[in-house]
Amino acid sequence: MKIKQLASALLCVGAGMGSAPAMAEDLTLCWAAWDPANALVELSKDFEAQSGHKMSFEFVPWPNFADRMLNELNSGGQLCDLLIGDSQWIGGGAESNHYVKLNDFFDSADISMDDFAPATVYAYSTWPKGTPNYYALPAMGDANGWFYRKDWFENEELQAEFKSEYDRDLAEPKTQKELLEIAKFFQGREIDGKKVYGTAIFTERGSEGITMGATGALYAWGFKYENTPGEYDMEGAVNSAAAVEALEFYKELYKCCTPPGYTDSYMGESLDAFKSGQVAMAMNWFAFFPGLYADPNTGGDKIDFFVNPPQNNPGSTLGGQGISVVSYSEKQDAALEYIKWFADPAVQAKWWSVGGYSAHNSVLNDPGFVSSQPFAGDFLEAMANVQDFWQEPAYAELLLAMQKRLHDYVVADKGTAQEALDLLIEDWTEVFEDEGKL
Amino acid sequence: MSNGSAKLHSPKAGKTVKGLSDKAIAWLFVGPTVFLLLAINIFPLLWTVYLSFTNYKANRPNREIKYIGFRNYERILNDADIWLNMQATAHFLIWTIVLQVLIGFTLAWLINKKFRGNDLWTTIIVLPMMLSPAVVGNFWTFFYQPQIGLFNYVVSFFTGVDPSSFEMLGSVSLAPWAIVIVDTWMWTPFVMLICLAGLRSIPDYIYEAAEIDRASKWRQFWTITVPMVLPFLMLAVLFRGIENFKMFDLVVQLTGGGPGSTTELASINLKREAFEKWRTGYSSAFAIILFVTVFGLASIYVKALNKVKNR
Repeated sequence: MKIKQLASALLCVGAGMGSAPAMAEDLTLCWAAWDPANALVELSKDFEAQSGHKMSFEFVPWPNFADRMLNELNSGGQLCDLLIGDSQWIGGGAESNHYVKLNDFFDSADISMDDFAPATVYAYSTWPKGTPNYYALPAMGDANGWFYRKDWFENEELQAEFKSEYDRDLAEPKTQKELLEIAKFFQGREIDGKKVYGTAIFTERGSEGITMGATGALYAWGFKYENTPGEYDMEGAVNSAAAVEALEFYKELYKCCTPPGYTDSYMGESLDAFKSGQVAMAMNWFAFFPGLYADPNTGGDKIDFFVNPPQNNPGSTLGGQGISVVSYSEKQDAALEYIKWFADPAVQAKWWSVGGYSAHNSVLNDPGFVSSQPFAGDFLEAMANVQDFWQEPAYAELLLAMQKRLHDYVVADKGTAQEALDLLIEDWTEVFEDEGKL
Repeated sequence: MSNGSAKLHSPKAGKTVKGLSDKAIAWLFVGPTVFLLLAINIFPLLWTVYLSFTNYKANRPNREIKYIGFRNYERILNDADIWLNMQATAHFLIWTIVLQVLIGFTLAWLINKKFRGNDLWTTIIVLPMMLSPAVVGNFWTFFYQPQIGLFNYVVSFFTGVDPSSFEMLGSVSLAPWAIVIVDTWMWTPFVMLICLAGLRSIPDYIYEAAEIDRASKWRQFWTITVPMVLPFLMLAVLFRGIENFKMFDLVVQLTGGGPGSTTELASINLKREAFEKWRTGYSSAFAIILFVTVFGLASIYVKALNKVKNR
């Protein structure tokens, strides 16, 4: 009797295993530690319930994110099964085989890149750029935008004073130069008994901060990395008269209108400056906007948002990331299952609703999208005109060279804008020569 | 029995244990240490020398590794930015040592006097060097914050200038001094302790003899105290010199090498080249240059130290 019971129990277990997913895995997803990461944790609970897999997360603060994750990839580490890596890593990730090429999987899972915003597919997924070779699924659309104290802008006394001084209404700036004027207007002013400042911008030296901030101005002035795409002919493009003017503008904005001590500031410092009521305007990634809008002190009807203002043309600095399967993972099947689940339009819609930025056309083209959040329309506008940094495998050398030249000029008052950009071309030329591309 | 006893007491018996000679036993004991030394010190050094002649990048394993001769060395030695890094390092090194020696020796001299609460003050003074450089860097960043920083308010209290009118970490002229101040605050106690050991090693009878000879306190200080503490002081300078030549953590926490590259010490640049830009060959050459510099300077210094000790 006992033997019969045991045999039937074993049969039940066997049958149960047959109907469950191939094997329940413990997947680790790596990303930066920021607001959208918390939203993804919530979202992923649905995946756990559906698949039986367990999700773990490794979130690293932004200043250390690249260091930590690139070390992990370069050492062939198995910490991450899935990685939401920065867009600039795609070249290195593909060339060094850190990421699994996803074309076959996309075909078999019926995932089409045509379903995602073209700018995000180009920036987050393809290598070589623009070719149909996919190493990531667009996971988080993002760009650098602006937010401001709507309640201050609507203050009648301030409006009147601004109008008399600048002969126009105090409103969201339509150009970079208008932004500078507004920043100057607020700088050092006393509001609610407190000294306030014009704006918080990115000046961070160590990782990517000042480059991401200054390119907001450079792109608006029409900055190009090359005269002919793919030719690496930078002379006359990187150091064009427009680029010099844009860089001078960014320095002026930094010098005239930022709070004292903002010499090495990035995302966190920008948020702090705004939330503590120090600044009238601040730049930051759209990813933070849901959290800013929800802030009980400076959010709600006290805040509004605007896209990076154009000058000679519209242009925003691209942020955002794609999600890749790490080639060193031993759980690639389960990781691909996650990507398939994540690409589902219903999941993408929920992703947007919980605070993530979907790049799926079904979400972005939804008639209710623009009115779904106060920054949704600005996000669409920004994503239509984004420009990204070099995505070359040697991007880190290129980025750190730019960090140095910009910080030397903008913060440390070393040389002129022209000299900074000329030196940048020298640095980049050396890198591309080493790469055999020049 | 007699044969066995003869074997046991023969002169050879002491030199062999189960067929192993003295030399073999010696190697058996020393071997693991020598092996470890070769594996974790000598091999990486030789490997670094090899890499310094290549274009190797650790983050690009699929890239062809090419022998490029002395090109990395040429680039480094002809790079104006590297020389600015070296100048920043020299500024930091010289001023931290000067200040730490002066203040450390003075503190040691004062602590060496017998007074009430002597032990308590010694403990309080040595507290900074017990803290982690990361912690020290972080809280000094707050001290130096122009809007809320204690340092700026103290300066403001004594000088009357607006506390937010100057930025210790963001100003090109002040940042090099800001890092010198923090390192001096943290490591002066170390110099003080070494000097204190030197002062306490001077026998009292020498001062008593000087008193009998009616030597003034000033003369006692210059002819007894200083010469006898000098070897200790020189040792402290050697330790601090080597440490500060490769200073990294504290300065990274404070300024990250900025503003611009004003406080980018050689070691900070080396880390950027090696683990952020991943120019492994180039950074290996830079590391070798730094190693040779420190080794050369330290060797000259140790010779001078020995001369002073033998005087």
